[in-house]
Amino acid sequence: MGILEVKNVSKNFGGLKALSDVNLNVRENTVHAIIGPNGAGKSTLLNCLVGKLIPDTGSVMFDGQSVLGRKPFEINQMGISRVFQTPEIFGDLTVMENMLIPIFARRDGAFRMHAIESIRNEAGVIEQAEKMLIDMNMIDKRHMHAASMSRGDKRRLEIGMCLSQEPRLLLLDEPTAGMARADTNNTIDLLKQIKAERDITIAIIEHDMHVVFSLADRITVLAQGTPLVEDEPQNIRGNPKVREAYLGETA
Amino acid sequence: MLGLDKKDTTLLIIVALLTLGAPFILNPFPADSAMAQFNAGYPDLMQRFVIFGIFAIGFNILFGLTGYLSFGHAAFLGVGSYSAVWIFKLFTYNVLPAVALSVVVAGLFSLLMGFVSLRRSGIYFSILTLAFAQMSFALAYSVLSNPRFNLTNGETGLQVYADDPQLFHSDRLPDLPHLFGLSMRATYRLDLGGWSFDFNAGYYLCAVVLMAVFYLAIRIFRSPFGMMLRAVKSNQQRMNYTGLNTRPYTLAAFVISGMYAGLAGGLMAAMDPLAGAERMQWTASGEVVLMTILGGTGTLIGPVLGAGFIKYFENIFSKINDNVLHGWFGFLPDGLEDAMVFLVHPFIGKGWHLTLGILFMLVVIFLPGGLVEGGQRLGRWIRRRRGGKDGEAQRKTEPAE
Repeated sequence: MGILEVKNVSKNFGGLKALSDVNLNVRENTVHAIIGPNGAGKSTLLNCLVGKLIPDTGSVMFDGQSVLGRKPFEINQMGISRVFQTPEIFGDLTVMENMLIPIFARRDGAFRMHAIESIRNEAGVIEQAEKMLIDMNMIDKRHMHAASMSRGDKRRLEIGMCLSQEPRLLLLDEPTAGMARADTNNTIDLLKQIKAERDITIAIIEHDMHVVFSLADRITVLAQGTPLVEDEPQNIRGNPKVREAYLGETA
Repeated sequence: MLGLDKKDTTLLIIVALLTLGAPFILNPFPADSAMAQFNAGYPDLMQRFVIFGIFAIGFNILFGLTGYLSFGHAAFLGVGSYSAVWIFKLFTYNVLPAVALSVVVAGLFSLLMGFVSLRRSGIYFSILTLAFAQMSFALAYSVLSNPRFNLTNGETGLQVYADDPQLFHSDRLPDLPHLFGLSMRATYRLDLGGWSFDFNAGYYLCAVVLMAVFYLAIRIFRSPFGMMLRAVKSNQQRMNYTGLNTRPYTLAAFVISGMYAGLAGGLMAAMDPLAGAERMQWTASGEVVLMTILGGTGTLIGPVLGAGFIKYFENIFSKINDNVLHGWFGFLPDGLEDAMVFLVHPFIGKGWHLTLGILFMLVVIFLPGGLVEGGQRLGRWIRRRRGGKDGEAQRKTEPAE
């Protein structure tokens, strides 16, 4: 039994078959990487998981419940958090406020008219946010405007925001895209640390093989909208089909 | 104090001093001096300052926090006024039930309008609200005013007639809007030397209401709800993927600001018991946008300053005429005097819009944060001139707004 089960999912955009008959099984407390060449349908698949797109056919079950037809905020409340390719944070707000929002969202649900009490009096929430900022090693930046930080810091903040919700499944969409080597390595270390310290399942879409092979417990290779193979990393490296479809092109 | 931190308490005290002391502050010139025409301390105008201040504070909760630019808020102002006048006509001249009904009706009306308009964002939202407001205007101006069903009294405007029922009215009470017998027009005039100051009951009622709703606005700004509204403005995508439903947040902000507008409309009717459709026209909606931007969008005190600024220009600059100008430039030789009057003429009297337009452009270009930013820059400049190091340190510890 996987925590996330994708069965026979297909998605067409006009005449383009973005996904055809995709099956995916993400096991609990593993890091599952989804790789594939450009246009393989990785992002489409991810968008089907979080409610941005609805597949034409098939089912997506999270922890025994279907996510299909639910809005992104509802799916998030079920326990799926998503990190975007370009960090999506609240740029006009301070780092601290960025961290407070997901904690409020987790505590109060999708909407709460909480308009009179000052944030200053929410000691419990503030404490949690500070703790997460310390974990993310950015407590000294708490008063900064989030938009004025470096890309690596924004990524770190976004991951922290997602973690503060204590999701059961964390989805990462090319978390190191466009990053310098040092930032990439920092992100890998951060994710390794998260994997070691928390009860969390991670699904990651990634181009960078270095990242994939340093993190993943299992790998699914997508090509032209269909899963080619799903296996453990050491078997993926040697798989001739994968070499041909993906690694071969870059080698 | 009152659950506010030091900075917000200071702000509240400043607003309290400004509003309570307005009869003095706005009348700095002796009554018979040449500068007396710049005095703005007469009841009518002071009431308008405060009422439009309330309107703008509410508008800023929507526009300043969520970034949703409504071009239809005058509709709520008008709805509030009509509701209040109906209470005057049917029941009593007491302003309390009238204003209460204004707020409720405007709240319900904004719930409907917001529910439809908030399905879209950006320019489409603005256009939807504009369309709604113009429809309301058309309804008030003609549709809802026919012999069989006359809700708004059309062009003439809704007012109280001698044969209206006024069920709870008695002869002991003033024949004007009042608060438990205290007429809204009751004015005490204090003459001090050459100066004269008017203390008007209606104005002070509005001032107390302004302080109350300003306090409420501070609480909203500092609450988790206020932070969520700013998050809506900053990144809706992230909100959705953080498990937050943006729609009820924006709708709540819309209804709150609609209720503020209804309150302003109700008070307007309480000061002068009539309501006309022109109050709902799109120019009136545009005015509150200008007030908010001019004062400082998203700041607490900005909208109040903006409202005061625009109303001052509207009422004071529009009253300057060529005779006054001749008086000012009288010391110049004849030809030069006429030339100066000719040059300044387009900017005064009916041309006050021109002056306001130029000032608005200057503020938007050089002070995008509005008058509040101007004040902050001035404050920083003064601090820097007084012992540079102190100012520098203070600037660093100032939390980002």
